[in-house]
Amino acid sequence: MSSNYEDRDFGFEREYDRTMPRGPRRMQRRKMCRFCIEKVDLIDFKDVKLLQSYVPERGKILPRRISGVCAAHQRMLAEAIKRARNIALLPYAAD
Amino acid sequence: MADKRTYEVIFIVDPDTADNEVMQLSEGVQKIITGQGGNITKTEMMGKRQLAYEINHKKNGTYVLLEVEGSGAEIAEVERRMRVNDQILRYMTIRVDEMRRRADKLKGRRARKAAKQPATGKAKKAEAQSEAEEEEPAA
Repeated sequence: MSSNYEDRDFGFEREYDRTMPRGPRRMQRRKMCRFCIEKVDLIDFKDVKLLQSYVPERGKILPRRISGVCAAHQRMLAEAIKRARNIALLPYAAD
Repeated sequence: MADKRTYEVIFIVDPDTADNEVMQLSEGVQKIITGQGGNITKTEMMGKRQLAYEINHKKNGTYVLLEVEGSGAEIAEVERRMRVNDQILRYMTIRVDEMRRRADKLKGRRARKAAKQPATGKAKKAEAQSEAEEEEPAA
């Protein structure tokens, strides 16, 4: 019962002991959704050039925390990318 | 299914088929659609292009796009025919009327919003907000 309190982690120490690898927070301007600025209402699955900029080499859909696209447009974008994949305009996976 | 719908039918033809054969195929498809009571509003030969991945060991394909107005019955028929056609590597039908209606709605909403308040005020507010967010992690 009264065994090793020392080994337990109560989380008190962590406040001061910042040994976790943590670089300086980079200051970055909040990205604005590109589609909102350009007032895009419809993302066409045939527009391969546009979609390609949201599909990095691996063929995955770029998350919106990286691209800064708003939720509504990310949904449209994801749907368009999936349609383009179906008809072989974009890869499902690339090596 | 009495209401009118708009579809986009896109299909990939085997790259080894000659151009006039592709034309024939496309015309055949259009005939099926009109025969079933559909309406062709647009045809587009997107030409030969590289596929993003191999389909039936083919690396290229000729893309054909049709825009169809109809009830949906002709889509069922034309898809059935395409499924058994070996020259057609892949096909996809997309209903676009709902998408376009939604886009129009968004456009209308934006127009109303722009009319209600001048754009400059809103932009300034967004700017101030983003600046506040930046300062927080730095402190």
